[in-house]
Amino acid sequence: MMEFLASVFGSSNYWFIVVRSTAPILLVTLGAVITEQAGIKNMALEGSMLWAALTGVLASAWTGSPWIGLAAGVAAGVAIALVLGLFALKLDANAVLVGIALNLLSTGGTVFVLFSITGDKGISSSLPSKVLPMVSVPLLRDIPWLGKVLSGQNLIVYLAAAAVVVIHVILNKLTIGRRIRATGENVEAARAAGIDPDRIKFFTLIVSGVLAGLAGCFLSMGYTSNFTSGISAGRGYVANAAQVVAGGTAVGSIFAALIFGVTDALATFLQSRGLPPELIQALPYAVTILGFVVVTLVRDRREAARKLRLFAGRDDR
Amino acid sequence: METILQAVDLCKVYGNGTAANKFVNLTVRRGEILGLVGENGAGKSTLMKVVYGEEPPSSGTLLLDGKSVRFGSSRDAIAAGIGMVHQHFMLVPSLTLAENLVLGREPRKKSGMYDLNRAVRIAEELSAKYNLRIIPRARVVDVSVSMRQKLEILKTLYRGARILILDEPTSVLTPQETDELFAELKALRDKGQTIIFISHKLGEVFQLCDRVTVMRDGAVIATHDIGDVDRQTISNEMVGREVRLTLDKKAAAPGGTALEVRDLSFVDDFGITMVDRVSFSLRKGEILGVVGVDGNGQSELVRILTGHARTLTGSVRKGGTDLTNASPRKVRKAGMAHVAEDRMTVGTALPASIADNLLADRYSEPAFTGGGFLRRSAIQAEAKGIVQRFDIRCSSPNQAVASLSGGNMQKVVIGREFTAAADVLVVSQPTRGVDIGAIEFIHRTILSMRDEGKAILLVSSDLGEVLSLSDSLIVMHSGKIVAWFPDASAVTDKELGLYMLGLKTQDEIEIRKVLHE
Amino acid sequence: MSDGTRTKTLPGKVGLFFTNRDALEPALVTLFAAVFSLLAGVGLIFLVSKEPAQSARNFLLGPFLRTYNIYYMMIAMVPLTFTGLALCIIYQSKHMSLIVDSSFYIGAVVATAAGIHVALPAGWHPAFAMLAAGITGGFIGLLPAILKIRWRANELVSSLMLNYVFYFVGSFVILYFLRDRNQTILSSLPFRNTFLLPRLIPNTQLHAGFIVAAVFVVLVSVFLYRTKWGYEIRMIGANQKFAAYAGLSVPTVILYSHFVSGFLGGMGGAIEMAGLYKAFIWQMNPSYAWDGVIVAMLARKNPKFVPLSAFFLAYMRVGADFMSRRGDVAFEFITLLQGLIILILASDKIVNYFKARRLQRTALARTAEARAAGAPAGGAE
Repeated sequence: MMEFLASVFGSSNYWFIVVRSTAPILLVTLGAVITEQAGIKNMALEGSMLWAALTGVLASAWTGSPWIGLAAGVAAGVAIALVLGLFALKLDANAVLVGIALNLLSTGGTVFVLFSITGDKGISSSLPSKVLPMVSVPLLRDIPWLGKVLSGQNLIVYLAAAAVVVIHVILNKLTIGRRIRATGENVEAARAAGIDPDRIKFFTLIVSGVLAGLAGCFLSMGYTSNFTSGISAGRGYVANAAQVVAGGTAVGSIFAALIFGVTDALATFLQSRGLPPELIQALPYAVTILGFVVVTLVRDRREAARKLRLFAGRDDR
Repeated sequence: METILQAVDLCKVYGNGTAANKFVNLTVRRGEILGLVGENGAGKSTLMKVVYGEEPPSSGTLLLDGKSVRFGSSRDAIAAGIGMVHQHFMLVPSLTLAENLVLGREPRKKSGMYDLNRAVRIAEELSAKYNLRIIPRARVVDVSVSMRQKLEILKTLYRGARILILDEPTSVLTPQETDELFAELKALRDKGQTIIFISHKLGEVFQLCDRVTVMRDGAVIATHDIGDVDRQTISNEMVGREVRLTLDKKAAAPGGTALEVRDLSFVDDFGITMVDRVSFSLRKGEILGVVGVDGNGQSELVRILTGHARTLTGSVRKGGTDLTNASPRKVRKAGMAHVAEDRMTVGTALPASIADNLLADRYSEPAFTGGGFLRRSAIQAEAKGIVQRFDIRCSSPNQAVASLSGGNMQKVVIGREFTAAADVLVVSQPTRGVDIGAIEFIHRTILSMRDEGKAILLVSSDLGEVLSLSDSLIVMHSGKIVAWFPDASAVTDKELGLYMLGLKTQDEIEIRKVLHE
Repeated sequence: MSDGTRTKTLPGKVGLFFTNRDALEPALVTLFAAVFSLLAGVGLIFLVSKEPAQSARNFLLGPFLRTYNIYYMMIAMVPLTFTGLALCIIYQSKHMSLIVDSSFYIGAVVATAAGIHVALPAGWHPAFAMLAAGITGGFIGLLPAILKIRWRANELVSSLMLNYVFYFVGSFVILYFLRDRNQTILSSLPFRNTFLLPRLIPNTQLHAGFIVAAVFVVLVSVFLYRTKWGYEIRMIGANQKFAAYAGLSVPTVILYSHFVSGFLGGMGGAIEMAGLYKAFIWQMNPSYAWDGVIVAMLARKNPKFVPLSAFFLAYMRVGADFMSRRGDVAFEFITLLQGLIILILASDKIVNYFKARRLQRTALARTAEARAAGAPAGGAE
């Protein structure tokens, strides 16, 4: 077994799959991070992904263009996030309940729409949908081993990497980043400074909708080439846990998403070893919960130590 | 002087049906410092929220420079030149002072990016111009309270405020800091700023203001030029009665130690030491008052004693029981009752019935529960008994607490805690926002509890209340006990003030006498 | 009239008046949400169906057009009642965990094992399976509670992920330990005859589980409103800070409320197995917990109303099923309507619309009245 694991972790093929599995989860985690920073929980990321995945397939099949598919998919992801915003912010609904409602509505709703159009409840294979292109990156592809891992991935994988930078810039380099932080940390302070917290929250919801939209399109137009029912497989929920692990930062999201990605890819590899696939499929979700627990534990210890130090330090003076 | 701001027949009714402002008429003149005084709940803060656009008025008009204005949000008010320093700091702890200063009106680079360096420069310039010293690059969590206050004032000036509203700005400041602030405010007025100063401390109003407007029960009672009025008049107008009530009070007969508190310390989330090695002993049959300017560790001390916060050092003992960092449940089981300072968020469960609230600490006793089932008739009888004894005005004990008035809500808390099987009572702000009739009732009840031999720790920001009720007193300043007075009736307000403001401290030996060892 | 007398008289009469209206108006909004979702459903049918009138008729009236559909509704009410009750308990404590989904699914798996491998006389056999499934479901229910108490993990997030874990674990157990390898489709070994619940009416599928569900509606009502544990759960929901302050052990209450909720879920799963099937043949998780959320919301967290809201949901399901079998509209379209119901009922502004407006008006009128009467609140300036 050890031997086998060593061979897995050494293979560029495994890490290629890790990167591919990490990308969608990274996108949604970034979405969860930015809304959480503004103080609103977007539990509907799962729903955004589902509608984006379906809409992307439908639009690309009708127009023959993967790009219009992508745009339509992203728009669908944003639409769901906006509905969450409308109910949670304008109608004073509990955001978590709205999330539950939207996810329920999306799980069945996508199947309903798929059936109404194709007559099939499980898969969209009867539609001539398009996939987004793989990108072979010059220079990068020539680096031994690393080139095999990082080059030749789907376009969205590179967009996910870019999204890390974009979210980092939004949170740290742009004015709106300070406003997002103010809204999430002390909403009264934000309001007193003339900032409209609802607008900030809507902005972050839109961003999270775009990110979940990209992730959804990737699943049905890259990772696989069809929409299947329940294609998002709980990644939207995972993102809400990974967001805590990420500690509210874009860079931390990479780490948090990798926890899922590494296990998810490992599951793919282990299945080929004849281990029961059901147990292995459970692994990424279990590991995410574990990661959450460990990170919270470490943070709590650190905070307690800090307080004691502050008190003792003051005493010495 | 010309009028800059005027409120005409302003009403504010909140969604829950509370009428916080009733046909208020207020006039503010250009370049003056106007004091706005009134007791807690008189409607000062609500009025200012309406003026600042945070709450829309339910009816009435607001005139700025003689023109009718309607603010949809504070953004509109800011644009019209109104700035407000809230009672609670409106700051983002993890951002720097400079970032907080420019929040909402941030400088940008040509690329559109946030310009941190220019924010710092703006902070430095403004700080120099108005002589309000701050450290722009420090994070808010790491700086003192008075610097946060200066930052708040600078924030309004940065936004071009012509009218500056300060909501009880001195409650968190030391006397020196207060003096400094007043000098700075007067300098601002001399530069042409209009300032509205909200306070319930008359001394400060007389020290600082040009005119004073008195509010009571949601309405404006009177306005005076400060030279034409004395404290007694304003004080009467504020409370609406001639004299402070004097209590018919027997001499205390303190017994043995009921609660032994040693060496407690607490550091808050911002890293500020709120309780600093506090020790005292509470005796049976005595009311020990805790006085201090709000925010000097009284609340935190109570939270530690009642199991709602953990102490870093020391111990709490009641008889043979160690209650150091015990849960609230254990603290209650050991025979300690607790009137929480905030009845809305802690002291009651608003959506639940009066009976459910009254029985919350005793429902599991055999009298009220048998084999896991609630004895409904016994519960109703107990609730009815407390409702009658404490004169809680309601249609039935099954009515939701949320539908009661503030005074009756407080009576629910008092009724439960004072009938609890406890011999130590920790009583926090027992009459905050309660009408006069209820206040007298609550005071008499506290005294009768003492006469029954219970040990009572009384914490209140109403100085008159603590002085008239307490047998002995401890004074807290920045987390420490700075004085102990064995006889509360022998202490003058003036002397107490010196200790509360940290200008005077008793020596260690004197303070240690409160341990009664 | 002085201020004092006003406060004396007001809370009395008006208070009583308010209490009644406060209960009535949300009930009307609930009814509105239900009716509105049905209308939206009809609208949707007209949008996608080639024979919309026929489909709409099948959806709305189908459940009552055939006798067997009425039995179907009663059968469908059983799992909805159990998950609805389970969610009522969680929801009363102001927590939002969907772990009941796992409890229900694993409860069915445990019952399957018991139905195949345990030898007990009829009656005792399903009872034992229900108990075993309930206890297993209860312990599963504890997991998000523990994660919440010990590591402050949002119970909804962790429960959703645990639902995936338990779904995979459950299918693993069925596939590797309980599978009938002679069957071509995925199926467990057949249950023993002693395991099957008796039929209430011959030649229908209406089983004794319906009675059990009815009994549990009463039990859970009593539990929530007549026992000290129910009191504790309600207090935590009313104000958790207050509950801790009054001396309740909040973590303990969170733990057992999740346990009881999980227990109900597990029982529901077992009854579904013993009542309807001869072997475990679920190809996927029926996810009744999500319906449980709606049942609990429509019942306004009160177990007493669960049968009513379970009936409504069963009506929707049977109607949609009837329609989808005879037409071109997929059964899944009801999840859109269900989502809509939650959205409406979760929106405080919608639910409390009338109340807020009324409070505002009376208070304003009262102030104006006081002024007209020349009370001190007038213009003393």
